[in-house]
Amino acid sequence: MTTWPILSVVTFLPLVGAALIWLLPGRDEAADRNARWIALWTTLINFAVSLILVARFDSSLAGFQFEENAPWLDGVIQYHMGVDGISLPFVILTTALMPFCIAASWRSVKSRVPAYMVAFLILETLMVGTFSALDLVLFYLFFEGGLIPMFFIIGVWGGPRRVYASFKFFLYTLLGSVLMLLAIMALYWNAGTTDIPTLMKTAMPHTLQTWAWLAFFASFAVKMPMWPVHTWLPDAHVEAPTAGSVILAAILLKMGGYGFLRFSLPMFPLASHDFAPLIFALSAIAIIYTSLVALMQEDMKKLIAYSSVAHMGFVTMGIFAGTMQGVAGGVFQMISHGIVSGALFLCVGIIYDRMHTREIAAYGGLVNRMPLYAFVFLVFTMANVGLPGTSGFVGEFMTLIGTFKVSVTTAFFATTGVILSAAYALWLYRKIVYGALVKPSLATIKDLTWREAAILLPLVALTILFGVYPKPVLDMSAASVQQLVDNYSQAVTAVKAAALVQ
Amino acid sequence: MSFAIAGYSLHPVLPELVLAVGTLVLLLVGAFRGERSTTLVGALALVLLVVTGVLVATLPAGRLVTFGGSFIVDDYARFLKILALIASAVTLLMSADYLGQRRIFEYVVLVLLSTIGMMVLISAGDLISLYLGLEMMSFALYVVAASNRDNLKSTESGLKYYVLGSLSSGMLLYGASLIYGFTGTVEFAGIAVAAREAGIGLIFGLVFLLAGLCFKVSAVPFHMWTPDVYEGAPTPVTAFFASAPKVAAMAIFVRVVLTAFPDVTLQWQQIVVFVSIASMALGSVAAIGQRNIKRMLAYSSIGHMGFALVGLAAGTAEGAQGVVLYLSIYVAMTLGSFAVILAMKRKGLATEEISDFAGLSRTNPVLAFFFAMLMFSLAGIPPLAGFFAKFYVFLAAIKAGLFTLSVIGVVTSVVGAFYYLNIVKVMYFDQPVGAVDPVRVELRTVLAVSGIFNILFFAYPGPLVSAATAAAKSLF
Repeated sequence: MTTWPILSVVTFLPLVGAALIWLLPGRDEAADRNARWIALWTTLINFAVSLILVARFDSSLAGFQFEENAPWLDGVIQYHMGVDGISLPFVILTTALMPFCIAASWRSVKSRVPAYMVAFLILETLMVGTFSALDLVLFYLFFEGGLIPMFFIIGVWGGPRRVYASFKFFLYTLLGSVLMLLAIMALYWNAGTTDIPTLMKTAMPHTLQTWAWLAFFASFAVKMPMWPVHTWLPDAHVEAPTAGSVILAAILLKMGGYGFLRFSLPMFPLASHDFAPLIFALSAIAIIYTSLVALMQEDMKKLIAYSSVAHMGFVTMGIFAGTMQGVAGGVFQMISHGIVSGALFLCVGIIYDRMHTREIAAYGGLVNRMPLYAFVFLVFTMANVGLPGTSGFVGEFMTLIGTFKVSVTTAFFATTGVILSAAYALWLYRKIVYGALVKPSLATIKDLTWREAAILLPLVALTILFGVYPKPVLDMSAASVQQLVDNYSQAVTAVKAAALVQ
Repeated sequence: MSFAIAGYSLHPVLPELVLAVGTLVLLLVGAFRGERSTTLVGALALVLLVVTGVLVATLPAGRLVTFGGSFIVDDYARFLKILALIASAVTLLMSADYLGQRRIFEYVVLVLLSTIGMMVLISAGDLISLYLGLEMMSFALYVVAASNRDNLKSTESGLKYYVLGSLSSGMLLYGASLIYGFTGTVEFAGIAVAAREAGIGLIFGLVFLLAGLCFKVSAVPFHMWTPDVYEGAPTPVTAFFASAPKVAAMAIFVRVVLTAFPDVTLQWQQIVVFVSIASMALGSVAAIGQRNIKRMLAYSSIGHMGFALVGLAAGTAEGAQGVVLYLSIYVAMTLGSFAVILAMKRKGLATEEISDFAGLSRTNPVLAFFFAMLMFSLAGIPPLAGFFAKFYVFLAAIKAGLFTLSVIGVVTSVVGAFYYLNIVKVMYFDQPVGAVDPVRVELRTVLAVSGIFNILFFAYPGPLVSAATAAAKSLF
């Protein structure tokens, strides 16, 4: 279908931009400006190229498209790339959000600008690679490689406790992932390959499935993050610079959910079925507990971070429900959360740039001087709550329906989370935006600049568009999700039937 | 060779002969021309090492055996000899500054002599050539450790290394004599046959033999000398200790275990598994508290030898391939790291404390960048070369069913990541403490080559991986 390796281009184009910035001489203002523009253009062009993927993508096919194969490590472990309906939305989400991140850092990042831009561009390569790798070792390479740029982004450009946060982020994630690496090796010796499409078709012994599932779970649960291994996330979010938080919330967290969809469910269906109650329990706890914790926060970023954990609870619940609505809802919820939480962090970043504090108590009555900001923030707050008409509603509703068919109890508890999310989100909004503008420090605060508006308004449009017309995303993933769900239920019923015969 | 007698051809030992004769000539040059000749001797030594490397590479393919089986040249020996030669040559290159200041040509000659020992060791086919190679390598090392003879720490490290090294040689000899006593042969192939019926006596000998080898690769519990010697010896010497002798000692470790004791796997496997776990754990935990970068790298190297032994513990061709690959990547990472440490000078004085690296990313960004990448690589983070090193040894261990070892191994690698990250933190997150001197050209070259190898290994790993596969296959 394609004559040029379009997926590899999307993956590695940011590296070209990074190399350009690297090679530019000088360490003065001009170099900083050049770095910003090169980064912006690279991400924009990359987004444009990734749209070609959308245009040429055939959403009626369930299998992988745009496949590329090249010899790599030895005969067996290959450079194999490709996307299907589940991974393509994430690739687009990544390429689409990167220009926003670069633009959001335009003024707020002042020190070591070229290095900052290089780190983000490298991170983009690794994130796109993670979503399009079709070989386990290649996947691991991209998945883990992302730690290095993120470590620098938090540690160099972060807040006061950045060292603690960056170490915690790095070591937590690494510990989860090395166990997955061992499982990858076990799969390699079992099937003689690390090719993902082949492994999906290979039946695995039940014991291996159990152990491999647990090892993969260790990695993805940390990345997601699921309760109780979520504690790195609030720290990382609070200390990271705005764009770092956006990437973290919008894309890096989705790698966990993507991992569950790509590996756990199709490769270890029996183990997934066995452990589904565990996931349901953890998800329900995450939804209720972290929502309650969010109610108590004094730091805006921390509040949004905890709300992310709660929203990811809906995703894991939906995925492991194993129903069509649950899985499709999980995918949609991840995309929607990517847009909404990213935008919320951008909103926080905007007032942080003006006031240099994230304390909720330091604000109040912003609507008086910042009407446009109040509107934008309102849309995202409502999307975070899951108000019908915003994209947040669609995902939560679908995952709840999907889960209801499998476990009424889980769905019941999870639904209370919707109420709680309304409580903390509206509380945050009231504290910051409403009321009289009495604080003297806020007396001169200015509304959105054209740059900030240009960043946020497209996201507002997307949030509402996907809220009333979610079809583009759902259609793109439908065939692949259908296949995934069919294979999953077939594998599970086959085992149940076998158990009945005995 | 025309004077070859059956089984005693000199062709397989040609590289060693050339190196030995060349070394003696250089010794004479130095002796007659005195201190002034240090630079000349150094340059000629580099040429000599390159020539030797070319000779090793151009030996006829296949397995060559000479001296009645006590000297073997196979793909395994070729690969590791070239690796050891590269490591020796690079350390000599990095010693240029030290040599220029101290003017001791003997240092060059001793490094060459030690390299001859390594080559004999790597090719050893029986216990006698093993011992000869090992002692030749070690004796030269004892002396170079003390080469900065006016420095208390340097002499202390030389003496300490000598006393402990002799002790371990004693153990090794004792083990070798027991093995000979119970099998009636010193040849590895012969021992392998006799070991099938041998009992407790042979196992006893095996334990002592392995203890001696563990000392040389500085594996726990025979590691105590490493931190002191690394810290005390002059930095170029430490770079040498950390690279070439480790390659040679690990090479013979693998060869002895796999070719002389293939049928008593269970017996040596327990030992190797224990040593490996202990080394990985100690290496990663003890390094955390270190303030001196050389001491920290000493613990790091203990840990790395533990990881390499994971591959050996598997006892398979995949495992041997993992070890060979691990050693290659380890040498590249170590030499790069020491190039950075050698380059860290302020006003002509070497700085060795970790706190001296503070803010290096602002004062010398290139140095900081490469060092940071080397640290991530040593920690085994993809996509850097160090990840592939760990990947292949654990791949072999998983195949061999050593799950506990693997899980402990990867967990210690996470613990170890902490102190590597700490270096990155000091360089990138802390405030600068003053500019560093301009970096000498040879150090820049070494650092650039090692750094680029390290970062771009993932893009084209094929040749090294397949060379390692061929090397490992020749042992079986």
